[in-house]
Amino acid sequence: MSIKGLKRIAIAAGLAMAGLGSIAGHAAAPVPQAASAPAGVSNVAPTTAAATPPAAPASPLLARDGAPGGEIKAGIGQPVNGVYGLQPQVTRNGEFAHWMHNIVLFPVITAISLFVLALLGWVVFRYRAAANPVPSKTSHNTTIEVLWTLLPVLALVLIAVPSIGLLQAQFKPAPAGAVTLKAIGNQWYWTYQYPDHGGFEITANLLKEKGEAAAGERTRTDADGPRLLATDNRIVLPVGVPIRLITTSNDVIHSWAVPAFWIKLDAIPGRLNETSFTIEKPGVYFGQCSELCGARHAYMPIAVEAVTPAQFAAWIAAKGGTMPARGQASNKVIPQPGADGSAAEATTANATDAVTGPTENVTTAAPTAPQGATNNPATGNAGQ
Amino acid sequence: MTDTALHPSAFQAHDHGHEAHHHDADHKPGFFARWFMSTNHKDIGTLYLIFAIVAGIIGGSISGLMRAELAHPGIQYLGTWASMLHGGPQSLDQSLHLWNVLITAHGLIMVFFMVMPAMVGGFGNWFVPIMIGAPDMAFPRMNNVSFWLLIPAFTLLLASPFFGGAGNGWTLYAPLSTYGEPGPSTDMAILSLHLAGASSILGAINFITTIFNMRAPGMTLHKMPLFVWSMLVTAFLLLLALPVLAAAITMLLTDRNFGTTFFDPAGGGDPVLYQHLFWFFGHPEVYIMILPGFGIVSQIIATFSRKPVFGYLGMAYAMVAIGVVGFVVWAHHMFTTGLSVNTKMYFTAATMVIAVPTGIKIFSWIATMWGGSMRFPTPMVWAIGFIFMFTVGGVTGVVLANGGIDDYMQDTYYVVAHFHYVLSLGAVFSLFAGFYYWFPKMSGRMYNELLGQLHFWVFFIGVNVMFFPMHFLGLQGMPRRYPDYPDAYAHWNTVATVGYMIMAAGMAIFFVNLFWSLVAGKKAADNPWGEGATTLEWTISSPPPYHQFETLPRID
Repeated sequence: MSIKGLKRIAIAAGLAMAGLGSIAGHAAAPVPQAASAPAGVSNVAPTTAAATPPAAPASPLLARDGAPGGEIKAGIGQPVNGVYGLQPQVTRNGEFAHWMHNIVLFPVITAISLFVLALLGWVVFRYRAAANPVPSKTSHNTTIEVLWTLLPVLALVLIAVPSIGLLQAQFKPAPAGAVTLKAIGNQWYWTYQYPDHGGFEITANLLKEKGEAAAGERTRTDADGPRLLATDNRIVLPVGVPIRLITTSNDVIHSWAVPAFWIKLDAIPGRLNETSFTIEKPGVYFGQCSELCGARHAYMPIAVEAVTPAQFAAWIAAKGGTMPARGQASNKVIPQPGADGSAAEATTANATDAVTGPTENVTTAAPTAPQGATNNPATGNAGQ
Repeated sequence: MTDTALHPSAFQAHDHGHEAHHHDADHKPGFFARWFMSTNHKDIGTLYLIFAIVAGIIGGSISGLMRAELAHPGIQYLGTWASMLHGGPQSLDQSLHLWNVLITAHGLIMVFFMVMPAMVGGFGNWFVPIMIGAPDMAFPRMNNVSFWLLIPAFTLLLASPFFGGAGNGWTLYAPLSTYGEPGPSTDMAILSLHLAGASSILGAINFITTIFNMRAPGMTLHKMPLFVWSMLVTAFLLLLALPVLAAAITMLLTDRNFGTTFFDPAGGGDPVLYQHLFWFFGHPEVYIMILPGFGIVSQIIATFSRKPVFGYLGMAYAMVAIGVVGFVVWAHHMFTTGLSVNTKMYFTAATMVIAVPTGIKIFSWIATMWGGSMRFPTPMVWAIGFIFMFTVGGVTGVVLANGGIDDYMQDTYYVVAHFHYVLSLGAVFSLFAGFYYWFPKMSGRMYNELLGQLHFWVFFIGVNVMFFPMHFLGLQGMPRRYPDYPDAYAHWNTVATVGYMIMAAGMAIFFVNLFWSLVAGKKAADNPWGEGATTLEWTISSPPPYHQFETLPRID
């Protein structure tokens, strides 16, 4: 990939981000229409919830701080002390990857290591000077050399097949009706925006321990989550609805990571990265910044609360946001060329220009929706 | 191949007879001229080894500080250390910044000032000329410059913590290393890398020239010992990779100080560009650290199995293949930066390919031992330990090669475990193997066998107790470069710290052995290892004469 190409990506992403900002601002305006819009697409609240007037923070669905106050389950969504395995996965791709690690990779690497250990043990025992005083002079054996070249190749091909499949699954575009979450890294906290839901912003700070916090500051309780993982504001996402995650940063590079989702995506200034996932189970899931970002790198956790779509809609309303109506921004599928192995379809480049201005010769398929923001290397083939 | 080695007479400037080999003391220069203005590859090699040991003590002590802080959840010592360093109490942020300074220093010191000087500068300088039957390196004065560039480089790095400290990690990612960290410390660290890089480039030129032009008559490329092959490949990697690092960090410097925006999106730059440039250097760099180890282990396995290396050509060209493929896999360090799906697929596949030549090497070492008549003195034990530990580190590399798996593993302790298995247990084991193997040759004295074996076993247990649990931490998602962690990571962190203490005890045994052997070790024979040791260094005295091969040996 040429340097020029990379620069172009950065420029394009920068322009696109500017575009997203204006759209988010724009989307915030027509609140009344959105509130009365009928349900129908999956991230729009079911009619029951939509029918209820925007819930007041006092709603039983919104137990604490406007967040539904989901219950933290031991061993899910957070690390467990002294164990050997991966965290349980609550997304489909996470389960796929979890399977691939536990059923494909781990047995293979264990077998190889034990095989090498057994061979070493055997030669050390059998060919010690006492047992074999006269060394053989053999220094070639073409058959065996070809064999131990080809067998590893075969093993790697067997690993590569599910590996490529996993990558394809991970790059599957967020479908129509996905909920867009924009995570913005800052030194040292995360801010979140819901561009399709009125563009309101949430700031998530680490909850300090008793004795560390200044007077009057809220401190962590066990209901908030474990030390160094609990945040003052959780982000809330619906279960069963595809989430489109967009990351960027206001200062240095951060990385938004939640192990239970099998998601880790760098938040890079001047660039929008995108991925998608669908949370299958309600619960609270914790993660931590995963790219060195300065002094308090270890102190900017991520706490996601996954709730039913109804609770999500209520929470959005409580935050002053709006559920998008059918046909609004997030209903458009953003083409993600390459996800299915096909070449980029550069048919809609003009559409991008219309939204974000000319982006030099970015050859990726441009998004058809105003979220030109996704014109970035995570999803497109820009620069290739 | 007919050899183009320089005519022997070119090296007979000192006109003395054959007995000079045994009366070399009189033409060794005085102390200052010998050690500070050296043009002798063996003396420069010794300087490099002393330098690497000093740097290793510092880098290893820093990891001790890190393991102490990580032994339990919470911040225990960083505040105290920060106030000791800067005088007076420090804010929490400054204490936490010290953590980043420590991890940065540990990484840079171990890579640039311990492993590389020991492998390339130390063993390379000492034994490449001898093994190819050459009297010295091709450019003796440049050789000296290579070494002495390291002194200001290391000084700059060690001084930087007193000016605030560079806390960017050894990768110096922009923009944390540009607008993310003002003050002179990061500039000092960058300049330090410039000097160390220049040193390595000069060294690489020297090795390539020496190996291509100064082989003794009959020493064709395909007769060269595998250690020389490994140094040849390493030298090419250095020559091609380090200029890219120099370019990248020069851009960091100008971004920091002269208002350029190579890596600043606000000026049209791209932070990810820095990562591409860094890892285009950084991935070959990891092979620079391990390839000489491959060479050392090949010599030792053959020697103590009393057999020639199995599949010599396959072994040599596997290293060449690793070197070549090592240049086209860099972005597997960047799987979470937002690469496109095709890029991730390519780098996944290309990375896996490296497992093939690596597998060839592992199996060929075992086949070398197969049918051999093996003895197990200290160097052999280290070499066998290397094979297994490198295998363990290698297979986790196959896991990490999968771009889709890295959405979980990237920047977790699984990665830390992986690269410490290939470096702290791979490269470092091969360094110890080489040190014990060649110590009699270099010093003229035998090491203490019992202490050597003890050193191996204590160190082996220590590093495994320290690094194996890091796999578990990574599988549970613990991010690296954290001074404090959620309580659920406490158990394995405590175990790892215990491992450090065992490892440190092993190192104490090493130093006892080193000093005891230098002072009171038995005199070493010219070839203490018997008939399996077939390379040229065992044909000359221990220690070698100040200038060896004034008459070039002939290789049949």
